[in-house]
Amino acid sequence: MSFWRRFARNRSALLGLAILAVVILIALGASLLFPEDPFRLVGRPMSAPGSNDFLLGSDTLGRDVAAGIAHGARVSLLIGLLATTVAVALGVVLGGIAGYFGGWIDDLVMRVTEMFQTIPSFLFAILLVAIMKPSIQSIVIAISVVSWPAVARLVRGEFTALRNREFVQACHIVGMGDLRIMLREILPNCLSPIIVTGSLMVATAILIESGLSFLGLGDPNVISWGFQIGAGRTVLRSAWWVCTFPGIAILLTVLAINLVGEGLNDALNPRLRER
Amino acid sequence: MTLAARRVRYVLKRLLQAVPVVLAIVVVNFFLLQLAEGDAVDVLAGEAGSATPEYMAQLREKFGLDQPLVVQLAVYVKNMLMLDLGYSFRHDMPVAQLVLDRLVPTLLLMVCTILVAVGLGIVLGLLAASGLNTWRDNLISVFALVSYATPLFWVGLMMIVVFSLNLGWFPTSGMENVAMFHEGWDRVKDIAHHLVMPVITLSLFYLALYTRLMRASMLEQAGMDYVTTARAKGLTERRIVFVHILRNALLPVLTMAGVQIGALIGGSVIVESVFAWPGLGMLAFEALFARDLNLLLGIFLLSALLVVAINLVIDLLYSFLDPRIEVG
Repeated sequence: MSFWRRFARNRSALLGLAILAVVILIALGASLLFPEDPFRLVGRPMSAPGSNDFLLGSDTLGRDVAAGIAHGARVSLLIGLLATTVAVALGVVLGGIAGYFGGWIDDLVMRVTEMFQTIPSFLFAILLVAIMKPSIQSIVIAISVVSWPAVARLVRGEFTALRNREFVQACHIVGMGDLRIMLREILPNCLSPIIVTGSLMVATAILIESGLSFLGLGDPNVISWGFQIGAGRTVLRSAWWVCTFPGIAILLTVLAINLVGEGLNDALNPRLRER
Repeated sequence: MTLAARRVRYVLKRLLQAVPVVLAIVVVNFFLLQLAEGDAVDVLAGEAGSATPEYMAQLREKFGLDQPLVVQLAVYVKNMLMLDLGYSFRHDMPVAQLVLDRLVPTLLLMVCTILVAVGLGIVLGLLAASGLNTWRDNLISVFALVSYATPLFWVGLMMIVVFSLNLGWFPTSGMENVAMFHEGWDRVKDIAHHLVMPVITLSLFYLALYTRLMRASMLEQAGMDYVTTARAKGLTERRIVFVHILRNALLPVLTMAGVQIGALIGGSVIVESVFAWPGLGMLAFEALFARDLNLLLGIFLLSALLVVAINLVIDLLYSFLDPRIEVG
């Protein structure tokens, strides 16, 4: 059965894909839907949803909440994808080297990942962003620094399991170089768990980013969902909508990515589907 | 060798294994401090308003900041190991004292959260697995999926809107009503009343995690040979589930609970700053706003140590729970 047929059989994964498609469309069309800068004060402050031409209300300064959500979708997706790409790249390189060569390199990489998994990762991310000054770049670095160890452990496990298999030994015999064996022979064989982990990591990265920007560590030049919620919490009593809608946006996006990730897992590992 | 002697040796071995981790964390802390713009003298000079370059050079010499990096690192490691975490210029107090003062509320929050999340997660996972693919299983699975995707701070804020502002059931913030001067049981009740919403908020995400894990773990164990044996010898389904499967299914959940301690501390930063709970996380939030890097690093170091310590305790508990694990 084709990959798509297996994926499409899972209804919740399709639902996730549909939500994700809507979020991506909103992110891409943010400038068309809301051509104004989302930081601009465009109307009466604290307007309730539906009043004064605000679909989802306005915040304390008269910024449009809906515009903020649309533009914030870009930032969330961008940071989620970038941070995951960097973390997966780091994890694949380090985990691959550790698993392929074994010995002291393996020991060293594993001790480092253990240390990273011991330290409270969110607190570490806060520290990194605080020290590097908040910007998209520093947030991406911080999230990938705290997320790569999981990938490294996974890839290391796969490489360790595969390196003594016959097809790899055959490659050695015909004189292939280590790099070529790692990239062309072993890596393609462990792509599916990496893809699944990576897709779930995008969701975690978006959650971490929203937490950071909620605490005031977001990039001050771009609007983000966490920032909107953080800015709205002081008026929770009189303007509940400022916090509520960006939160729903985060919830739906993260939920959608998780559903797609699980769907990928089921479709790529058919043997595990019965669980 | 007797069992007791083996236990002592195991504890010592695990303690020894923790040493390099602690040292590595201290070294990372040092380099983070180096990465930051400006040093303690710049901060001091900034606080004072003005300082001549000569005076700043003198101060650097006094603090040893003109020494080579390696020497500074050695001094730093020595200070940290003696629990001298530096000085918070904003609070005008040693960091170690500030941090220790805030440790108890955070521990209270964390212990309650772990108990709720693990306990309820086990029950929900059990319920879902025993009614596989019924409405009960589906409902619990949807609940777990949604909780797993919700940002903690948003849950906290929404709970404040609903239960504090609209219904008035729980206080919005703080750990106790200081103005009431409660004593004895009244004080305990007051703190418990304040504790409800932060604990629910913080435990929701982990509850989702443990529910899913428990469900998967129950299903995995249900397919094992020993279950078939138990069924063949005529035990009731009830006995098989509660006595045989449950005990084995608990182990991965407990392991995960240990692994998640570090993440829990991160979550408590967010929950404490939402509910103004006067613990380490709230202190970190304040330090962030005051740009008090020394304090932030102190909190980071202490919480990392906390994770190492808790993991040690869990490992030991584990060896009691599961005799198959080699203690020697």
